[in-house]
Amino acid sequence: MIQFILNQQLIKTNEPAGSTLLDFVRYKKHLVGTKIGCREGDCGACTLLMGDLRHGKMVYKTLTSCITPLGNAHGKHIVTIEGLNMEELSPFQQAMVDESGQQCGFCTVGFIVSFAGECLSSQETTYDKVISAIDGNICRCTGYKSIERAAAIVYEKLKNKDPIHSVDWCVKNGFVPAYFKEIAQQISGIEPITKHADGLVVGGGTDLLVQKHDAVYESDIHLFADKSHLQGIQERNGYILIGAATNTTELLNSPILKPYFPRLWDHLKLVSSTPIRNIATVAGNLINASPIGDLTAFFIALDTEITLNDKIGTSQTLKLKDLYKGYKTLAKRPDEYVVGLQFPIPDQHTYFNFEKVSKRRYLDIATVNSGIKIKVIDEVIQQIHISAGGVGPIPTYLTKTCEYLTGKPLNEQSIKESFPIMQSEVSPISDARGTESYKRLLLRQLFYAHFVELFPSTFKIESIL
Amino acid sequence: MINVDSIHHVRGESIYLDDIPLRSGTFHALTYDAPVAHAHIDSVDYTEALAMDGVKAILTYKDIPGENEIGGIFPDEPLLAEHEIHFWGMPIAIIIAETEYVCRKAKKAIKLKYTELPVIVDPREARRQDSLIFPPRTFKLGNVEKAFEACTYIYEGQVDSNGQEHLYIETQGAYAYPTENGSIRISSSTQGPTAVQKTIANVLGIAMHKVEVDVTRLGGGFGGKEDQATPWAVITALASYILKCPIKYALHRMDDMRMTGKRHPYSSDFKIGLDADLKIKAYQATFHQNAGASADLSPAVMERTLFHATNTYFIPDVEVTAYSCKTNLPPNTAFRGFGGPQGMFVIESAIRQAAKALGIKARKIQKANLLKNGDSFPYGQIIDRGEATNAWDTCLSKFDIEQLEENVATFNKENSRYKKGIGIMPICFGISFTNTPMNHARALVHIYLDGSVGISTGGVEMGQGLNTKMIQIAMSEFGIDPSKIKIETTNTTRVANTSPSAASATADLNGKALEIACRALKDRIFEVAADELQSSSTALSIKNNLVYVDGKATTLSWKSLITKANLARVCLTENGHYATPIIHFDKSKEKGHPFAYHVYGNSITTVTVDCLRGIYDFDSVHLVHDFGKSMNTAIDYGQIEGGLVQGIGWMTMEELLYNEKGRLLSNALSTYKIPDIYSVPKVIDIKALGTDGHPLAIRRSKAVGEPPLMYGIGAYFAIQNAILAFNPDSKLRFDAPYTPEKVLMDLYQNE
Repeated sequence: MIQFILNQQLIKTNEPAGSTLLDFVRYKKHLVGTKIGCREGDCGACTLLMGDLRHGKMVYKTLTSCITPLGNAHGKHIVTIEGLNMEELSPFQQAMVDESGQQCGFCTVGFIVSFAGECLSSQETTYDKVISAIDGNICRCTGYKSIERAAAIVYEKLKNKDPIHSVDWCVKNGFVPAYFKEIAQQISGIEPITKHADGLVVGGGTDLLVQKHDAVYESDIHLFADKSHLQGIQERNGYILIGAATNTTELLNSPILKPYFPRLWDHLKLVSSTPIRNIATVAGNLINASPIGDLTAFFIALDTEITLNDKIGTSQTLKLKDLYKGYKTLAKRPDEYVVGLQFPIPDQHTYFNFEKVSKRRYLDIATVNSGIKIKVIDEVIQQIHISAGGVGPIPTYLTKTCEYLTGKPLNEQSIKESFPIMQSEVSPISDARGTESYKRLLLRQLFYAHFVELFPSTFKIESIL
Repeated sequence: MINVDSIHHVRGESIYLDDIPLRSGTFHALTYDAPVAHAHIDSVDYTEALAMDGVKAILTYKDIPGENEIGGIFPDEPLLAEHEIHFWGMPIAIIIAETEYVCRKAKKAIKLKYTELPVIVDPREARRQDSLIFPPRTFKLGNVEKAFEACTYIYEGQVDSNGQEHLYIETQGAYAYPTENGSIRISSSTQGPTAVQKTIANVLGIAMHKVEVDVTRLGGGFGGKEDQATPWAVITALASYILKCPIKYALHRMDDMRMTGKRHPYSSDFKIGLDADLKIKAYQATFHQNAGASADLSPAVMERTLFHATNTYFIPDVEVTAYSCKTNLPPNTAFRGFGGPQGMFVIESAIRQAAKALGIKARKIQKANLLKNGDSFPYGQIIDRGEATNAWDTCLSKFDIEQLEENVATFNKENSRYKKGIGIMPICFGISFTNTPMNHARALVHIYLDGSVGISTGGVEMGQGLNTKMIQIAMSEFGIDPSKIKIETTNTTRVANTSPSAASATADLNGKALEIACRALKDRIFEVAADELQSSSTALSIKNNLVYVDGKATTLSWKSLITKANLARVCLTENGHYATPIIHFDKSKEKGHPFAYHVYGNSITTVTVDCLRGIYDFDSVHLVHDFGKSMNTAIDYGQIEGGLVQGIGWMTMEELLYNEKGRLLSNALSTYKIPDIYSVPKVIDIKALGTDGHPLAIRRSKAVGEPPLMYGIGAYFAIQNAILAFNPDSKLRFDAPYTPEKVLMDLYQNE
């Protein structure tokens, strides 16, 4: 039985774990303030808050409830707009009213809940973060400028927030109702689920609930996102270790990764949106096996290894680049699942970059993406790993290009000489994301962009022509 | 005044179609639609689907008691396919089951056998095959052939603009249930309640008075729910009528995107002739409108393309012809701008072609040809109260175009990877339904015994702020505060025979009707007050809920005046009717005075293109807009920002893709991208052009719904100019949207 607290009410339900949280709140509990826009996580109209008890404190995040399996709500505090409303408007509701941040009103609740998520977050607030909090919310009416003005007010009001005690601060300052203070106590009374089902393995659900909505609904799904032993980022013996169920927001905010990836925020902001990053697991992105998975391209370039276990505990480790055999075909047995990944920590001579171009910069699927890790000593390429997505049926590791460039001087000539080799390694097709000729040109540009970004004094745009 | 709906919006308490509490015994509907764009239906086997647990019925064209016909302008569109499929997504049958999930299961069990027929997706191909919705139309002024002979410069070219998905965040939907006497009540997410009512009556074979359509509000419409909300309402009504139970149908996003029409793609040819002084002397254009499989609103959309073919310029000799081409796409339909943007994009492209060839800035040509009072549009309307030059000059001087251009030039000189470009886009948009008989509206006003007021109009609230504007009108007419006024749902039993909420004219038409109703009521109750206060009616006014005589407050409150009026048996209900005066149009001559007035404005868009990645960011849009006397700046500025960004979306990232089989590839939000918060211009600076407005605009506050969308066209030319700064040899492309793909291909065109 799935148990959780919905606003102020303890829920015990036998609804399927693979039904969506959205359908549950709207059609089973008739909380219709939450809207349905797309059912694929791309509009944010269904955004809800999920609170998790961590070390005695509630930690809140937003999520797209249309692609969240109900089972992932177990033991959590789920908050809809009805659970945020107080007699008076909260400061972020008032800001949206004062700045005319809504027209038809249909997407509005999603924005409001996203603002609430930022208010409750245990991170320092900046204006960019307030905007980032609503990066998964699409509005077709306003053109967003009025919402930006509302966000600026929200930011002003959050400047003095105490991020360590954000829930208490939010209650005290009228951002959320008083009952939020009682939730931690109530949540602690819910027993975790120890017996796991045998069906489809589901992490955050952000891909499966889009692509196989009814199949997930019908399956006795095995939920992974909440397994604490599969979560977390560690540094050990010269490696970074990442648990399979770690979500993308955790990567983006990781104090362990940050020193080695100074542009981590810029890179991972290109991956989906805040509410999806909050629930999408690393392993899910890898196992989905999309040829344009962003994290896949990211981690292939880092020369990542993944560890797979099966039910009886047998374990194997393989290079991520070797996982992909054909379109959505993996070098793993159906009963094997990812437990974690690891990659060597970049040393002082090693540089990393990630590139992605899509029709829309953010919250879009890549036309082409690419990662690079390059070690350079005395202007010579010692070691290089380059990945490319969207240019073939599987996420591609540019083996021959890497081989060619290893040992070559780091200059324009070497890079330009490798272009034909790179083109020989890829086989893009024309589809909704672009024509073959565009993808080939774009791959070249992004490949070159790696060098322009990492070594701006050596590489200039003029020389590509 | 802040939008009166905003508090309910931010609390999630506004009621949309899918939020209506269901009556017990409600069943769900799902359309079984064509998986092919053009085919003959050999057989459909519903046996397995019907046998499924939870399936109540599957209805086909054979179950229709009235006519299987939903065409709004021409009767050329069946509700359900009979023997032929005309577009991918064409409804064939209606599945009725206990849940949506069962509907989906049943849908998969239906077996269709068909024989494929040739598919047309390209409007030019349709014209070659003489596949037209109706005969072409031509607007003419002067003698264009002769005028070309005298031109110093003549340029020709092709211009394409793609369609646009409305992407109202609330999908289409309806909820119907039977009432007594074989009547039916439908809640519909529609901009056109009367169209829904009339079509249901026709399909069910019953009288219109048996069909009640009610609309609370829409989660966005943008034209997509003007005519195309109708099929879903008819489907629920039909099933409800036959099965005698409540039927609900809220479309899944992908079903909505696949089955509904969009903004019309156009493929056009132009020929433009100028004299040595850059005066455009002759302009010829041929528009190929991709209408899709049936007429829908295409004839009216096409007409507006012709009306706006010369945008805000005077050209003495013009000949523009439009073909409405019948293809195998879903029937395309109204979308903010309604054909106008497509026409304007062509003339603006022609100007860029000429400017590039002449090596001058496009704005030199634009400026030299702006409309002046006394000039004639190609359709015969003479410019009166024109603001084209005022809007142009004010915009360019207020925002210092010379400085902006210099900044861009300096930036481009100093940067090799990033290039900036400027696009200037002036607009002139006619306000009124071009079909004159549609320009009327009614408002029903009740004053209740306690002095509270209930207002029904024919207008539908869909985010444009209509409710707020109506309250503003009533509160100022009556002198009472807004808490005493309620705007009722839009309902065909209260306000009948209405035109849809469209053409930017909703506030004008319904607002004027409301003004008329309020004034009539005021006249009647003032007679009561005059008696009571021993004064003349003309000396009376009401402010802050109190009656004033000659500007001095009395003790007679609004509430007690209403009580007295009721005791005096004065009618406290009024129905106001308004029909726009002056307008007329003769289609046999293609001449007349179709518009009550025009809205003007000018915009300057600046973009930065990353020439390495082929992506772009909009630095700013500076614009001057002719609001007249805006009656609500919060709402009107919001319309400008929203319309502009929608226009930028159409011109940049929103790319509709059909394959050669007529299948929509951009069929979800994951493949069809509309602007998000990061893709809008960093700065949108709107200045009001201080004009007196127009007497035919409600309270001289000019219509604001559609015109700003066309500022978005400036985005296209800004990108084009940035590309030229990087690659001066790049051949001009007029093929919207300017996606990152096209940008990169043009940046590196010479390779």
